[in-house]
Amino acid sequence: MLIPLSHYLVVSAVLLVIGIFGIFMNRKNIIVIMMSIELILLAANLNFVAFSGALHDMVGQVFTMFVLTVAAAESAIGLAILVIYFRNRGSIEVEDVTLMKG
Amino acid sequence: MIANLAFYLFSFILLASAVMVVTSRNPVHAVLFLILGFVNAAVLFLLAGAEFLAFILAIVYVGAVAVLFLFVVMMLDVDFAALNEGFQRYAPVGALVALIMFAELAFIAGSWAIAPAGSADRLFPVPTDVTNTVALGQLIYTSYLPLFQLSGVILLVAMIGAIVLTHRDRRRSLHQNLAKQHARTPAQTLAMVPAKLGEGATLPAPQPEKETL
Repeated sequence: MLIPLSHYLVVSAVLLVIGIFGIFMNRKNIIVIMMSIELILLAANLNFVAFSGALHDMVGQVFTMFVLTVAAAESAIGLAILVIYFRNRGSIEVEDVTLMKG
Repeated sequence: MIANLAFYLFSFILLASAVMVVTSRNPVHAVLFLILGFVNAAVLFLLAGAEFLAFILAIVYVGAVAVLFLFVVMMLDVDFAALNEGFQRYAPVGALVALIMFAELAFIAGSWAIAPAGSADRLFPVPTDVTNTVALGQLIYTSYLPLFQLSGVILLVAMIGAIVLTHRDRRRSLHQNLAKQHARTPAQTLAMVPAKLGEGATLPAPQPEKETL
């Protein structure tokens, strides 16, 4: 691999931290929270691919594909739940989602 | 050299657009920056030698998932100004947690090395004679076939789930009611009218059929 592994690790660590920071920062806006989750998963994928390239092992890329699949399914279901929640309540504030508490 | 330069350029754009995703006030801008970030991450995948995954990221993520986000953001009529109001209040806590997390990751990165004999433990070394796509296909259709099928099932469940959740039957269109059709008897629909010669038949007034939907 042309690029040293540590560079990739730093980039994906920063990306993960930005994603976590985004979850804390946008406590109310669930769409941005879901985008932050996508960023965190992208950081994990970047780590998988970087290790796969550095170690010359294909398994990292195979698992990246599975992570992409699960992330796509997660965001589709999450957005569907968001749409029906907005249809019922007229808002998407995270703090309003306390109705399911017993 | 040029690969290093490309790596720094694209990783900088990736991180900058990630920052813009979490800090921008307008969610449409956030989604557009997310798309930019995914494109740049695809280039980083390409630089790491994962060509197929780079294309998958560009096609599936930029083309489907990010556009799905954009669609939902534009479809929902949300008051985004009200959603952004706790921005400054939560930022210090978030920055603190992010800093602690980054420090932990930096500690790990500082005191970590690949085992010298680690390359002997590789499960499936990257083949040198075929392209990346062929190598990936040779794995996912053989050793990882059950997991590959399972990921297809996951996508199917996600698709059916999303349709079931969001489909709203407004009953505006005409539906076929099979039970009702089968329950009809000739007495309800047929009338025998004696037709006299030269006069024809006068039909009785049809009974209005009540729609029960």
